[in-house]
Amino acid sequence: MPKLIRDTTTVFSREMAPEIRSPISILFTMGQPLLFLVLFGPMLVGTGADLAGDGDVWQWFVPGILVMMCLMGPLSAGHSMLSELNGGQLERFLVTPISRTSIILGRTGKDTVTLFAQAIILTAVAIPLGMRLHLPGALLTMALLIVMATGLSALSYVLAIASVPSGSLFWIVTQMLVFPITLLSGILLPVDAGPGWLSTIAAINPITYIVDGARALFIGDFLNASVLCGVIAATAIAIVGLTFSTRAMNRGI
Amino acid sequence: MIRAEGLRKTFTADKETIEAVRDVSFDVAAGEVVALLGPNGAGKSTMLRMLTTLLPPTAGSVHIAGHDAIREPGRVREAIGYVGQKNASGENHRIRDELITQGRCYGLKTRHARHRADEVLEVLGIGDLAARNPGTLSGGQRRRVDIALGLIHNPHVLFLDEPSTGLDPQSRAGLWDQIQLLRREYGITILLTTHYLDEADHMAERIVIVDRGEVIANGTADALKASLAGDWMQITTSDAETARAAARLAGRMAGASEVTTDGQSVRVRIVGAEAALPAFLRLLDHDSITVTRASVGRPSLDDVFLNLTGRPLEESGGATATTTDEPIGATHA
Repeated sequence: MPKLIRDTTTVFSREMAPEIRSPISILFTMGQPLLFLVLFGPMLVGTGADLAGDGDVWQWFVPGILVMMCLMGPLSAGHSMLSELNGGQLERFLVTPISRTSIILGRTGKDTVTLFAQAIILTAVAIPLGMRLHLPGALLTMALLIVMATGLSALSYVLAIASVPSGSLFWIVTQMLVFPITLLSGILLPVDAGPGWLSTIAAINPITYIVDGARALFIGDFLNASVLCGVIAATAIAIVGLTFSTRAMNRGI
Repeated sequence: MIRAEGLRKTFTADKETIEAVRDVSFDVAAGEVVALLGPNGAGKSTMLRMLTTLLPPTAGSVHIAGHDAIREPGRVREAIGYVGQKNASGENHRIRDELITQGRCYGLKTRHARHRADEVLEVLGIGDLAARNPGTLSGGQRRRVDIALGLIHNPHVLFLDEPSTGLDPQSRAGLWDQIQLLRREYGITILLTTHYLDEADHMAERIVIVDRGEVIANGTADALKASLAGDWMQITTSDAETARAAARLAGRMAGASEVTTDGQSVRVRIVGAEAALPAFLRLLDHDSITVTRASVGRPSLDDVFLNLTGRPLEESGGATATTTDEPIGATHA
């Protein structure tokens, strides 16, 4: 087995062990998206707004909430890294011959597995609320979002490394990013409804394209042009994230 | 086994250049236990981090087990175990799982890693903690887990950064026994940093004293004490005048330096005090000077540090508990 895969498996299994031992913990990190789904979703549907085009409002809203979940989880992924940087745990790994890249890959691997499990829970909650499920569409949506999530959690690790030792930079940036990105990518309400300057900001936010792509995929509209844009945006985030994070790890901490 | 040559490290913080380590060179032979002793902020941890590939030196070279730490960090990492200042086991992870992970990081197959995990738990006497999370352990137990993590791959060299900081005296003594055992049973080369004088004195065969990023002395505890502070002998006579006569005699003895009188007592710094005292007593007897009490003492490492730097180690930021082999009530000259 090539060393990189072996080492990634080692890091991945280490990170997974506590999750498997107490599976309930994955519910805590998806609290906010779940609340938006259950408490905001029915109100949005109740307004009778015509948001969905071909599908219904639930099918418009749920992929947005999936994106929200895939923003919040990965962007706070660096938190565990930060505590291991300030404790002696990361140093302990860095003094072994383990591949530096695998420390990032194994962790993002665990982050995406967690997200996939959370997506299943979220979708399962949405069905009784009135959402119609297009299964291949939902699976492809998750595939797209996992590419994005990999990049975002990798970026979160870069931020964690840059924040050592106080960690305040990490919290400031994370707190300041998550909510504006959520609002400016049309997750809760369509950005077209806002004034022009808002649409302009949304147009330079890569997450907007991923949200649009996810919505098309979710209803099975695989050939929609927005899918391609979403895939490009997600891949770009993944490449940037992985490049910067592995570079940061290899440079030494 | 360990060779550092011309090691330097400068940091830049707030546009100020800090020379944390300046031109440090020393060797550690295979199987030796060596302590880097110095006050907090002397650059010990920075030195250790450069020796263990965690930090690239600004200048100089490091060779561990025949490999260049800068050109072949992978080979060096395979050969060494490192126990850092902080606890290395993750809060949410079970001890045994962490050890297995650690073994796999060194390329052991999972089965072999499991076997080694059980072995090191046994060696360190913490087999019963295998299924616990580190948060539930005492400071001494966590330290043993850290050492277990550093030993999982049977390293040739073990680096320990301030191994007993924060431990109570009993745990410290236990830790020392453990480290002595590793040395005896497995012949591991050990380099540790400490700011505790008694720790360096008890554990290390050789002490490298560092201060302000430089090596200021290097030798066995006995050699350092003998050459840099000197033994002392002290006698008490019947009155002050006799004491002054005795002091004059002492000043003429070979190897004597620094003769002080205090009332009826005479205190003499002298090389090899144990052998010098009987000779001194014969001299005094010859001049019919009556001696009521006599004693000899060895200097502490604190005296050594004081002589080298003009500051006691404790005031330089080092902590507590100096070893004094001096009799109770003795006063410093």
